[in-house]
Amino acid sequence: MSTLLIITAVVTLFAAVAAMSLRNLVHCALMLAVSFSGVAALYLQLNAEFVAFTEILVYVGAVAILIVMAILLTRSGESPEKSVLTAGWYAGVAVTAMVFTTLGWAILSSSALPQTVAPAPVVSVKNIGDTLMGRYVLPLEIVGLVLTAAMIGAVLIAFKAEPRDKNQKS
Amino acid sequence: MNPLTICLLISALLFATGFAGAVTRRHAILVLVGIELMLNAANLNLIAFWRFGPHPEALTGFIFVLFSMALAAAEAAVGLSLVIAIYRHQQTSNLDEVRELKG
Repeated sequence: MSTLLIITAVVTLFAAVAAMSLRNLVHCALMLAVSFSGVAALYLQLNAEFVAFTEILVYVGAVAILIVMAILLTRSGESPEKSVLTAGWYAGVAVTAMVFTTLGWAILSSSALPQTVAPAPVVSVKNIGDTLMGRYVLPLEIVGLVLTAAMIGAVLIAFKAEPRDKNQKS
Repeated sequence: MNPLTICLLISALLFATGFAGAVTRRHAILVLVGIELMLNAANLNLIAFWRFGPHPEALTGFIFVLFSMALAAAEAAVGLSLVIAIYRHQQTSNLDEVRELKG
């Protein structure tokens, strides 16, 4: 189990690094989809099958396509001639190194982590449904409300103003 | 090594990758991609703690990840529509050139 976990992790991390470092944005979006699939495979190995399939449905299916659509609409499919990094990228890399060092130190030196491996939990879709509609029904409704508001907001923000109105104003 | 430690290290590396991309890349869409990678790392952490934690049958971390995915999808939709709106206004999505809030 551990070897498979490491192989999946290497593929995921390699795809993530590629998604963050390639010059062409379309290639970045494709590598991002590979990275999301790798995370879904990691979820499968952690006995969270439902979350794995949700990850494929939501991230590989929707978010990656949304990013490709945004690349299309902002006409940024070609590789830029100029540098793809911001002016102060040294500082960004330094902060990243500090963040990772702190995280790694905290993980490796923590005594709060359980030392014994628990047996794999059995989760059925019926269990998940019961929990979602029972104990977590209020958060579920609020998430539905937030999603509706976000959808309306996204349409309003990206809505194209009519050119006729623009001429009248100016 | 403990499988929980391995999972946490993987997720820390994924977080660092997303963070590095979000703070160093110039294109607005790639900053959003970096944020999505960071959210994925956080979700991986939650699932790892749920799987190796003391009470996996309570499904707490599991449900938390489902809600966090729904909110990440909403965030991606709003963020990308903001990128499109900025591109329409200023004809660029390069973050170094977007300097003014005035329309």
